[in-house]
Amino acid sequence: MTSSRANPETLSALDRPNSYIGKVVPRPNLDRLMQGRGLYVSDLELPRMAHVVFVRSPHAHAKIVGIDAGAARSMPGVIAIVTGEEFASVITPWVGVLSHLKGLKSAPQHAIAIGRVCWQGEAVAAVVATGRAVAEDAAEMVSVEYEELEAVTDMRTALDPQVPVIHSSLGDNLAFERNLDAGPVDAAFAGSDEIVEADFVFGRHTGVTLEPRAVVADWNVAETRLTIYQGTQAPHMVQNIAALHLGLEESQVRVVCKDVGGSFGIKVHIYADEMATYALSKLLRRPIKFVADRVESFNTDIHARDHRCWGRIGVKRDGTIMAFEIDDLTGIGPYSMYPRTSAIEANQVVNLVGGPYKTKNYRARARVVFQNKNVMCQYRSVGHPIACSVTEGLVDLAASRIGMDPLEVRRRNLIADDAYPCASPSGLRFELLSHHAALNKLTAMMNYDALRAEQAALRKKNVHRGIGIASFIEVTNPSAAFYGVGGARISSQDGVTVRLDAQGAVICQTSITEQGQGSESLTAQIVGSVLGVSMARVRVILGDTDQTPYGGGTWASRGAGIGGEAALQAAKILRKNILDVAAAILQSAPTELDIANDAVVKASDGTARIELRELARIVYFRPDTLPPGIQPELMATRHFVPRNYPFAFTNGVQASWLEVDTDTGFVKLLRHWVVEDCGTLINPQLVDEQIRGGVVQGLGAALFEKCIYDERGQLTNANMADYLVPMSGEMPDIDVGHVVSPTAETELGAKGAGEAGTAGAAAAVANAVNDALKPFGAIITEIPLTPQVVLTALRRI
Amino acid sequence: MKASAFNYARATSVGNAIELLVAHGEGAKVLSGGQSLMPAMNLRLVTPDLIVDIGELAELRGIAVSGGILTIGALTRHVDLLKSSEIAGHAPLLSDAIAHVAHPAIRNRGTIGGSLAQADPASELPACMVALDATIIICGPAGERRVAATDFFTGIYETVLSAQELLVAVELPVAQKKSARFFWEFARRRGDYAIVGLAAQAIVEKDTLIDLRPVLFAVGDRPVLANAGAKLLKRAITTALLAEVLSGLDKELDPPEDQQASSSMRRHLAKVLLARCVSTLLGRPDLNVGGSR
Amino acid sequence: MTAPLPISLHVNGERVDAQVLPRLNLADFLREQLKLTGTHVGCEHGVCGACTVRMNGEIVRSCLMLAVQTHGATVETIEGLSDSGEITDLQAAFRDRNALQCGFCTPGMLMAAQDLLKQESEPDRERIREHLAGNYCRCTGYQAIVDAVKTTARARRGRKP
Repeated sequence: MTSSRANPETLSALDRPNSYIGKVVPRPNLDRLMQGRGLYVSDLELPRMAHVVFVRSPHAHAKIVGIDAGAARSMPGVIAIVTGEEFASVITPWVGVLSHLKGLKSAPQHAIAIGRVCWQGEAVAAVVATGRAVAEDAAEMVSVEYEELEAVTDMRTALDPQVPVIHSSLGDNLAFERNLDAGPVDAAFAGSDEIVEADFVFGRHTGVTLEPRAVVADWNVAETRLTIYQGTQAPHMVQNIAALHLGLEESQVRVVCKDVGGSFGIKVHIYADEMATYALSKLLRRPIKFVADRVESFNTDIHARDHRCWGRIGVKRDGTIMAFEIDDLTGIGPYSMYPRTSAIEANQVVNLVGGPYKTKNYRARARVVFQNKNVMCQYRSVGHPIACSVTEGLVDLAASRIGMDPLEVRRRNLIADDAYPCASPSGLRFELLSHHAALNKLTAMMNYDALRAEQAALRKKNVHRGIGIASFIEVTNPSAAFYGVGGARISSQDGVTVRLDAQGAVICQTSITEQGQGSESLTAQIVGSVLGVSMARVRVILGDTDQTPYGGGTWASRGAGIGGEAALQAAKILRKNILDVAAAILQSAPTELDIANDAVVKASDGTARIELRELARIVYFRPDTLPPGIQPELMATRHFVPRNYPFAFTNGVQASWLEVDTDTGFVKLLRHWVVEDCGTLINPQLVDEQIRGGVVQGLGAALFEKCIYDERGQLTNANMADYLVPMSGEMPDIDVGHVVSPTAETELGAKGAGEAGTAGAAAAVANAVNDALKPFGAIITEIPLTPQVVLTALRRI
Repeated sequence: MKASAFNYARATSVGNAIELLVAHGEGAKVLSGGQSLMPAMNLRLVTPDLIVDIGELAELRGIAVSGGILTIGALTRHVDLLKSSEIAGHAPLLSDAIAHVAHPAIRNRGTIGGSLAQADPASELPACMVALDATIIICGPAGERRVAATDFFTGIYETVLSAQELLVAVELPVAQKKSARFFWEFARRRGDYAIVGLAAQAIVEKDTLIDLRPVLFAVGDRPVLANAGAKLLKRAITTALLAEVLSGLDKELDPPEDQQASSSMRRHLAKVLLARCVSTLLGRPDLNVGGSR
Repeated sequence: MTAPLPISLHVNGERVDAQVLPRLNLADFLREQLKLTGTHVGCEHGVCGACTVRMNGEIVRSCLMLAVQTHGATVETIEGLSDSGEITDLQAAFRDRNALQCGFCTPGMLMAAQDLLKQESEPDRERIREHLAGNYCRCTGYQAIVDAVKTTARARRGRKP
């Protein structure tokens, strides 16, 4: 593809000589992590740093009658014990609403509860001491008197008149409702040959990032500057919010993210206890460290996916899907999370149901209700697993009802690959997707027919295996349509600055952030490719609001598509600037030159003319030797923001092959496949690994994960022995393939890929289990598919 | 969470350990492998005043065979049992069972004494001791006493051990000729506590069970030696007889209900296990019936 | 309330003399007193494996050990295994295969993988998954880790990958 004889100016950045784009290269700086020499917030120590532990409510809903911290205060090592009222003088409350989510309402939330606690685990006091253990000892001595109130713990009755309203100022427990009615839905159902409906129930999940949430807040009273060390995905957002609520200018707040031990959306939100930590540092004029322990994480990290969704599909005997309809109910916590709101997940469910399919007839209602449980908000692949499980579950039910192979039903209804651009009935605009190409590739990869034959043969021996397919679309590269339009100060653009240093190496500063997905690597690969510089000479700085351009960060699968494009454009400018100077030095023309292997070369034959190291020396130290009038500029910045499409949709399809032991209900995952189209692949290995990791989170959802609340609002399995996360022993190997439909919105052509795996994995597994159980007439539409759920469906118990 | 504060004493001998336990009563906890005690302390579910560390007591280590008796010291770690040729040769049920216990790092510290004293109804070794008809050797202020495994476990996390006593060893008869064993447990993930498990020691001659000690665990507050198995001894086993036995097992059990399984689920899995046990011991796949139909 | 006790041990080949409170667990001792922060704390229940270190040559959960129990022992952490070169090939395989993303589970995972490789020269994928079944990873989904361990095993046996 590349030719040293072709004019380098006409070569796109993607097919330049020694381009790293599209190549599998190891991520830089992994040694640090593999040697245990990373710097996670939990590792950080600062002089005079103190530790905070929170006294947390044991009740789901209660009045705080009184807090007696006298005994605790006098314990050795205790520095301060601070309650809600005292915090209110340092940090203002917030409300998690956005104007574009019409009708969304939520009550003000304080850093530490004042007067009333609304979920089991909500903090009622902060204990600051010289060490975590000492602080915990003191926390035990803080005596809190509660008056228990009735707790709202069942989303199905949260709107009933006799159920207490959690925030009387709001009038009821309805946070948000959205209704959509597209196409002549009733006529479509009337015209269907078969109508199938089902109630889909999903377990409440939590992220279980291996490094729990951790913050070190450092208020320097002499500089009147707050430095926040936090594993956040969106440092500029944290900067804005910390400043806003602490009465500071943003320029007084610096947010630093070094290594982050997993996030997946958990660490993109604003947490009350973290806000309290910032406030404590200001109050006490010293660094304060908060590291949630595992039990706290379970009780206070955002939960997600707690939905009960009724769904209905109308289909004709020839397989044509006539209409989808859903009624989705989700129970969040007592507050809509800040600033991204807890209505986005339900909103996404409404947006995404039916997405891969041609039918324009779709009706949906989604309601979000408050409960006295932990707060809920965006977690990897927001709303997608719900939408995909409902859609793909209904499609399989319809296929079954009309006696058609599930693959065939999909073939007849997926949007044609040449139908783009087009829009979904929910208003989503698709630039270019590849549902059919992906499905064809999938069936070839998995050898679908052979698996069907194997299934049939094994059924005769009472061995029950199943195949499940799940098509999906995925939101990536969001524009301001996601949050900005609603008034959130969450940036939808990102920027990259690149410069040549005095030795001719390249320093990049990017506003996207790294949590292990490869943000650093993709930036270095793109910059190295465009500049013709070896990756070993490219250093990437990220995760520091003092050191990077202003940007959104990494979330909603936007890092590669948006941050990558900014890197590409910035590097193009720097390349031009370098060639301009080189041309002046070499008395040549920029069009006759190129950069390759860390040197300026003759474009026609690749002969090295001047090393970048030498060029840099001249520019920085010997500009007196340059021709008159030349003002070299070896630093360039470009930002990028998506303008044409509100989201760059990607598409994919997954398949699960599993075996159900009908005596015990245990499901064994044998293999999993994904074909994903995310446009240009910058580093295929990193993309595939994002997909694999995402799939396993979805497999965990399908079989294992569920936050179990009792009717009193107590989270009863808040530990790693009882909340079951997927471990290596039960996970299958996952084959990943790709179709490539680049976006025309950027020169890079990359869409996002981080969340695709999670979107469809549980749907594929659920469909596979139902497929396996077909001979028994059992249909299960709830997850997790525990052995007990399976045995119950089989009527064995 | 961090453990609450406590004092620490490293016992220099069994006698010294008992002195310390006598002096501190309920406020003292014995630290053996720590794989059960430490998580409980890290969650502040257990807040002792004194930890008595018996980890250095060489007299509590070792596996020895003599006169048809296999003696296992209380500090014998799970990994030691797994790697021991004496265990593989004389009590292979334990070799099978240990493979299901947690994970390598836990097995490198966890001890048989600790596991038996902890008496978690969902753990493997207590059931194995009952299946193997072991004798538990206990030392206390009044000297040594010996308790049959069948009498040792008295409830959830409860044994006949008093707060001043130390489990020092277990003794079990070495496997006889024609000995056979079966071990399986159903767990959600590898290494998890069992939802239901079965440890069985048997004597098989030709196609009949001469003796069978099927011990179910995670079905009650202690290991359950199923009486229903008696009907299977010394006779030809038909599917009808097995069905009758399984039905009897159903009546014998009163399993708890919890997040992992309902009572009826545990009953069902117990029956599946017993059927698989008999089927495996006799090489009779036709008997591998899946519980109720 | 309780007084610190003296301990003397070897950590990564270096003699360490320290005063520790009885309740200080080994993970916190390594991280906070010795500033060896490569050993991570993920749960303190002994379930996640992030805190895995080697004591007297065997892997253990450092969150389930008291620092006082290590008196006279030899403890090796990820920093020590890295500096000695013992797992350079395994780390290279991890890098090439991208068997780590956020890196938080990685020290414990490397410890557990090396433990397997020292005991078995030809573990199959099932065996690798079994030995690592006590180490939680949320990022990779485990497959890349299994691949990297397999590759290393093969290379150590002298065969080409």
